[in-house]
Amino acid sequence: MKYVLRRVLFLLVTAWAALTINFILPRLMPGNPAEVMIAKFQGRLTPQAIHALEIAFGINVHQSLWAQYVDYFRRILTGDFGVSVSYFPATVSQVLGQAIPWTVGLVGVTTVIAFAVGTLLGIGSAWKRNTLAGDAVVPVALFLNSIPYFWLGLLVLYLFGFVLGWFPISNAYDTSTQLSGLALAASILYHAVLPAVTIIISAAGGWLLTMRNNMVSVLSEDYIAFAHAKGLPPRQVEYRYAARNAILPSFTGFAMAIGFVIGGALLTEIIFSYPGVGYLLYQAVQSLDYPLMQAIFLFITVAVLVANFVMDLLYVFLDPRVRTGGE
Amino acid sequence: MVNTLRALLQNRKAAFGMAIILVFTLIAVLAPFLAPYDPTAMQFAPSQPPSAEHWLGTTASGQDIFSQVVWGTRASLVVGLVTGAITTVLSLLVGLTAGYFGGIIDDILSTVTNIFLVIPGLPLIIIIAAYITVKGTAPVIFVIAITGWAWGARVFRSQMMTLRNRDFVQAAVVVGEHPLRVIFAEIMPNMLSLIAANFFGAALYAVLSEAGLEFLGLGNVNAVTWGTVLYWAQNNQALMFGQWPWFATPGLFIALLGTAFAMMNFAIDEVTNPRLRKR
Repeated sequence: MKYVLRRVLFLLVTAWAALTINFILPRLMPGNPAEVMIAKFQGRLTPQAIHALEIAFGINVHQSLWAQYVDYFRRILTGDFGVSVSYFPATVSQVLGQAIPWTVGLVGVTTVIAFAVGTLLGIGSAWKRNTLAGDAVVPVALFLNSIPYFWLGLLVLYLFGFVLGWFPISNAYDTSTQLSGLALAASILYHAVLPAVTIIISAAGGWLLTMRNNMVSVLSEDYIAFAHAKGLPPRQVEYRYAARNAILPSFTGFAMAIGFVIGGALLTEIIFSYPGVGYLLYQAVQSLDYPLMQAIFLFITVAVLVANFVMDLLYVFLDPRVRTGGE
Repeated sequence: MVNTLRALLQNRKAAFGMAIILVFTLIAVLAPFLAPYDPTAMQFAPSQPPSAEHWLGTTASGQDIFSQVVWGTRASLVVGLVTGAITTVLSLLVGLTAGYFGGIIDDILSTVTNIFLVIPGLPLIIIIAAYITVKGTAPVIFVIAITGWAWGARVFRSQMMTLRNRDFVQAAVVVGEHPLRVIFAEIMPNMLSLIAANFFGAALYAVLSEAGLEFLGLGNVNAVTWGTVLYWAQNNQALMFGQWPWFATPGLFIALLGTAFAMMNFAIDEVTNPRLRKR
């Protein structure tokens, strides 16, 4: 229980830190960057909208920094991220709301698949170490782990989208005709294949390497030798004895890796013009839409924090030492 | 240390990684002699397919792509190595200080480290870079280093905690050595292989982040780097026009350099961790 409480506290502290970074960044920069944006959109926004933007970024406001900060928190907590300047008059929340389901669907599912595939391959590769197949996996995984996601996306898109024409080259579903029910679901899956494959291939390598290293370490423990000596079936030793312990560092390493994976996945969306948060971020960057950028950064950060929190809770079930509080 | 170096020389992954880094270093140094043309000169017919004069074709504004990729090696390699070094130094400063002093200092530094660890790097890099109005190499290096040091700090901190109570450290403290001297002159040399492994890991992170940042147009789009070559390829729809060498080559080079760094990182781990060593 104390462990769960600590994790909740950490979640809150981190969320606060991310919100504060988001508040301070534009105010720290030499020459408030939002001024450029507001000047650029002058004439296309209503005076009220411009005033709201000035408040949000601390331009021409005669308020103390602290008052601005309190005001900022009040707005964020009520879900008020202001108006999007590039999608004016839509609010940031509306624009972001349309993109979130696509990203949660695509990136969420593929991240879980990549973790599962990579970890299973890592177990197999460590179990069969010192054989050709077991060791050849390592350089391949190192290479896949070093590929920029978006570049792999470009190659996949070019080959299977343009040259072979097997898969659609953009969008999340067929927008040329009205679809519903099963046909729509099929279309969505069909459009998700290429981006999903790209993310899984690039992300699985990292999980494989982590799991393999842990697993090789565990396999040299005495209790594994003892399990073998007892005559336990190899499968049981591989999964119930070795992998179960070896997977723990994969879970704790999740924190760093997940941010990296999601960053790559967002870039993948851009390549496939997939209407998710990553593609939206790209458009926001291109059009200097700072309110939208800020909201996207906050959304991604909170999503990663929650994913981490869930992993921390799962850890309780995996590692009995955490449950009892002992070491 | 000598043993580690010897083992590293016999390690195939390390040899492969070193060879790639060496080849790219040569390309970077000899760029003026290897590149047939000025990489920024718009003097050729635009969007040419590969030919004897232009091995990788020309860009939509008539620049020679091969010359761009050769010159781009310089910037990408320098950003990777310099950022890797700066990131490692930041990690060392935070991690070693936290691990050595413990107590409240450790609590504060560890909390900050954990926060930076979970805040996703790329989105943070993107918004910082979007705010920076001066576009250039230095901001790119700064942004990547400031977001990438946390993992290393955690590793160094735990290593420091295992070394902290060794006899030679106690001896140095009793003799009255300054804490900074104890940390950086007495203890740090004992984790050189860990530092090296971390450096290559950070360099990999830097190369990939730089590529992503420049691909989005958040670096200096007028500089010639692998990332900006990809940016212009994407912006001019190289894909649509079937100009695959334009985007395939710089990406492959990024992946190869990244793999070289990853191989070095993995090999050092393999050589120094007795459990991972091949039997």
